[in-house]
Amino acid sequence: MDCERRWPDPKVIRAQRRALGKVTFMSNISRDDVANLAKLARIDMSDAELDHLASELDVILNAVARVQEVAGADVPPTSHPLPLRNIFREDQVKESLTPEEALSGAPAQEEQRFKVPRILGEE
Amino acid sequence: MINRSAAEMAASLADGSLTSVELTKAHLDRIALVDSKVKAFLHVDTEGALAQAEAVDKKRQAGEKLSPLAGIPLALKDVLVQKGIPTTCGSKMLEGWRPPYDSTVVARLKANDIVILGKTNMDEFAMGSSTENSAYGPTHNPWDLTRIPGGSGGGSSAALAAFEAPLAIGTDTGGSIRQPAAVTGTVGVKPTYGGVSRYGLIAFSSSLDQAGPCARTVLDAAYLHEAIGGHDPMDSTSINAPVPSVVAAAKNGNVKGMKIGVIKELQGDGYQPGVLKRFNESLEILASLGAEIVEVSCKHFDYALAAYYLIAPSECSSNLARFDAMRYGMRVGSGSAEEVMNATRQAGFGREVKRRIILGTYALSSGYYDAYYGSAQKVRTLISQDFASAFEKADVLVSPTAPTTAFKIGEKANDPIAMYLNDIATIPTNLAGIAGMSLPSGLADEDQLPTGFQIMAPAMKDDRMYQVGSALEAALLSKWGKPILANTPKLEP
Repeated sequence: MDCERRWPDPKVIRAQRRALGKVTFMSNISRDDVANLAKLARIDMSDAELDHLASELDVILNAVARVQEVAGADVPPTSHPLPLRNIFREDQVKESLTPEEALSGAPAQEEQRFKVPRILGEE
Repeated sequence: MINRSAAEMAASLADGSLTSVELTKAHLDRIALVDSKVKAFLHVDTEGALAQAEAVDKKRQAGEKLSPLAGIPLALKDVLVQKGIPTTCGSKMLEGWRPPYDSTVVARLKANDIVILGKTNMDEFAMGSSTENSAYGPTHNPWDLTRIPGGSGGGSSAALAAFEAPLAIGTDTGGSIRQPAAVTGTVGVKPTYGGVSRYGLIAFSSSLDQAGPCARTVLDAAYLHEAIGGHDPMDSTSINAPVPSVVAAAKNGNVKGMKIGVIKELQGDGYQPGVLKRFNESLEILASLGAEIVEVSCKHFDYALAAYYLIAPSECSSNLARFDAMRYGMRVGSGSAEEVMNATRQAGFGREVKRRIILGTYALSSGYYDAYYGSAQKVRTLISQDFASAFEKADVLVSPTAPTTAFKIGEKANDPIAMYLNDIATIPTNLAGIAGMSLPSGLADEDQLPTGFQIMAPAMKDDRMYQVGSALEAALLSKWGKPILANTPKLEP
């Protein structure tokens, strides 16, 4: 055993990357795509972040796309580890949060209600 | 006194040679002494902890029947809400927020008179493997302060290794209990999915998230597991069945005749030689104790990491939509609700959280759903099938917990894929919803840093890994002559 070797060894990292395997579905995610995703996710990202994320997502997506290699039509999907159906509790009146407690973290409140910015546009 | 196991502390509390107030004060003193270096805690609740300790001492004096861990201090990962106590989830988004209710885990800790010392640091919203993604700065590994303590629950594991608490709570979505345990020389257990309530656990990936015990010994973890486990009507995915008898299993520790399956795919080139060497030694020990070692193959595990990094971000992109600046948490910006939402989420979320939200939004978007999220769900089925056939050949399955020992803070911060690879051996367990444990297997020759041994058991057979874990732990302890944490450097000035 060579005790002088530094960890993580670049060789280990390379082997791990090989284990992630070959790319089957080349994604090509543009800066505009990321901008649109950020809009959908309601995050007002900076230009620098959009540039950076576009290249990063390309790398990540190409690494994870290999799930398609084994996802045959005959394989059923699993969405959850437990085979559960909806479970309902009895509809009973119980002690609950007081309005003060429920509003205790609100950024703004008025008359025991959450106060939010304008939702509809001015038309 | 703080170097002892929780079970030993409990015995001293029970025989009257120690009070919970003394024990709690000793840990608060230790935190004051070393946490400026380790940075395991985001919040220390001195007043609340001492009040709880006083109350349990009074109950004991009055002759009340108490739970096995009554009066023992604990460190709580900041992902679980505790009424009135700042809960941030490692994010600026929740800075200053005080939850109006207790999570079920916290309610059960309190019902067991376990003293909650404070909230521990973590990667923001539990996304990460190093605690470097915390908005409040990284936690430092007590073995070497320039190294990461693992993640996302690095604060909880570092607190144990630094003797700031004898017990801690973590949560594990892809390895966030087990990998920090491995790199800090402590014990961490991800119970079967549904074994511990998720009510009040701030959701990252709901079909994978699972709270569990962190400790310095297998028996201590077992006591804590029984204290927090069991059915909860407030969590519809909580399993309605008795908690497996993990304390009895940890006390049993007999592996004679048990079949232990070594997973072929979770070793080899991608693993640090020192990690593999300690792993193979542990196998030899288990064989010498009468276990039968068999090799099993789980051929779809090579796809687990890819499936996880589609499923977890997809679920997170949906779960984190709740941080909308309207009812609690940060609100910045002006204009319409949508503009405020956009500005708040930009300001409140860190880099990794944004990266995963965008990745998940992409994987779930029309046109890509089948190729990404749909395919990942199919891989999840294949991995569960691999586990099912492996468990036909073995009672438990084993692997190294993490492929390497603790790396340097900053070393992988700009390489998301290198960071994701830390969880390569822990992720399959979460995808299948089964139980997993990590316990120390020694120190790697290369760097004298802790290595972890992972044990996996079928759903609701958590007791099996406690049985195997305690057998291995006892054999290693007699081989070393002292607990592994006796090798940690001095932290006090």
